[in-house]
Amino acid sequence: MEKILFKYIDVPDQYEIDTYIKNGGYRALPKALKEYSPNDLIEMVKKSGLRGRGGAGFPAGLKWGFVPKDSPNPKFLLCNADEGEPGTFKDRWLIEKDPHQLIEGIIISSYAIGAHRAFIYIRGEFAFGAERLKNAISEAYQKGYLGRNILGSGFDLDLEVYRGGGAYICGEETSLMESIEGNRGNPRLKPPFPASVGLYKNPTVINNVETLSNVPHIVLNGALWYAKIGMPKSTGTKIFSLSGHVNRPGNYELPMGTPLRELIYDHGGGIKDERELKAVIPGGVSTPVLTSQLVNVKMDFESLFEAGSLLGSGAVIVMDETTCMVKVAYRLSRFYEHESCGKCVPCREGTRWIRMIMARIENGKGREEDIDLLLDICTNIAGKTVCPMGDAAVVPIMSTIQKFREEYEYHIKNKKCMVDLGTRFV
Amino acid sequence: MVQVMLSEATQKKIAKLKDRYPEKKTAILPAMHVVFKEVGYYNQNILKQIADLLELSQMEVSETVSFYTYFPREGVGKYHIQVCTNLSCSLLGAEELVKYLEYKLKIKAGQTTTDGLFTISTVECLGSCGTAPVMQINQTYYENLTKAKVDQILEDLKKGK
Repeated sequence: MEKILFKYIDVPDQYEIDTYIKNGGYRALPKALKEYSPNDLIEMVKKSGLRGRGGAGFPAGLKWGFVPKDSPNPKFLLCNADEGEPGTFKDRWLIEKDPHQLIEGIIISSYAIGAHRAFIYIRGEFAFGAERLKNAISEAYQKGYLGRNILGSGFDLDLEVYRGGGAYICGEETSLMESIEGNRGNPRLKPPFPASVGLYKNPTVINNVETLSNVPHIVLNGALWYAKIGMPKSTGTKIFSLSGHVNRPGNYELPMGTPLRELIYDHGGGIKDERELKAVIPGGVSTPVLTSQLVNVKMDFESLFEAGSLLGSGAVIVMDETTCMVKVAYRLSRFYEHESCGKCVPCREGTRWIRMIMARIENGKGREEDIDLLLDICTNIAGKTVCPMGDAAVVPIMSTIQKFREEYEYHIKNKKCMVDLGTRFV
Repeated sequence: MVQVMLSEATQKKIAKLKDRYPEKKTAILPAMHVVFKEVGYYNQNILKQIADLLELSQMEVSETVSFYTYFPREGVGKYHIQVCTNLSCSLLGAEELVKYLEYKLKIKAGQTTTDGLFTISTVECLGSCGTAPVMQINQTYYENLTKAKVDQILEDLKKGK
């Protein structure tokens, strides 16, 4: 099928405004401003079925609809470009290769919710992407797509790039707002939700880069066109970030509902070095691991949920037969310990204990009762924290124990990995 | 603690940030990025200057900045090698990449070479999993790394390229 977001991804100077316009860019914006009211646009995005691409899959139009229309306070639109979920690198491509597609989406979305100020919160490490966005934004100002009275519509919008400082937790929407307010990135308790009490206590909408990049296409081609792509409840395309033991890793834009097998074998060229597939993490490390038996699962929100996992951010990490699942879980336990912001005790203390127990199993000092001890800690973290990071931190541990318990038992009994990755860096 | 005086240009840039946002504290991270570009690290002396320019207390600035791991503290080498060791990179040999860098530079991860040129750090996902293994040196990404590529990169940096 024809690509939507990646249609011009291989055009070398697509990031320049003239090329973007030549390839059909900035046509949705005048259409949105002249032909539709903000409410029309909210209804259109609702009808399109577009769901958040950052991980939670919340319907974008519904989120926009939560912004109170009668509030006297200024409203904000925030683009979440903190892309930090391990395995995910799609937003980086959208930002670096087609920044105006995102900017056009931001302008239309800001108009829909009545925001006159918008920020793109980009993770600190993406220095190149930040620079590219800054240049693209100044190009858009020069052409009159940003600033006062955009295209004579009377609508004003200021947009700027805000660079983060390397904290995974700032991808969580309330932490992201804390970060822009100049605080430590500790999440806030919800409710109140950002739509009513967000940035500087004002009504705020936060959408992911990929979500916003879809908006111009929905405006141009219509909600029904979009809703027909993909699956009934997971509409449109999804960019899958494919990494790990595959021959052709990379970002692939495919319709929602594409079978995992097709992604790995047809697009990704199959498993590296002709080894056997062992396991796949389908949506970033915060989503439960799937065994190779589930390789026919369709990649959309509902199908993956039914298969016992989640679509998350669409980051597909492929592991071959030489991968030790205990080692995988240990590695991810270090990640969550490092990134726990420290606000909630179960997450702050629990992630440290999980890492310590995982380390002793990995290093051949595990005890028989450690497996149940890990599960006990996990159930005492999940659901007991302010933000979803606590829930996420237990996922790799619980799902690897559930599906590969024999590897844990082998590790504890034999004080070594059941399989060995071998040399991969040459 | 090294006494660094921020350049006049940097001071001006930071002072300008003060009134840019609805709240002054929003300017802390942007100010840190400006400083990072000029100095490459921070210490309390630098935070004091930022605080003065933004009309905030040093404590407020320090409280925020200490949360964010992107900005290295004083003592980091001229070239800060940050190796991603998260899952996708580890599956393709990140641990061996770290060991190779340690062997080449004769230091351990977390240490700086005696000439002050290189620091090796292990970091979490850099968002470049499709080109693993990956490392970031200062602001630049180096992808699809091999031993030969690492040799070349280190050689070039030593020559000041």
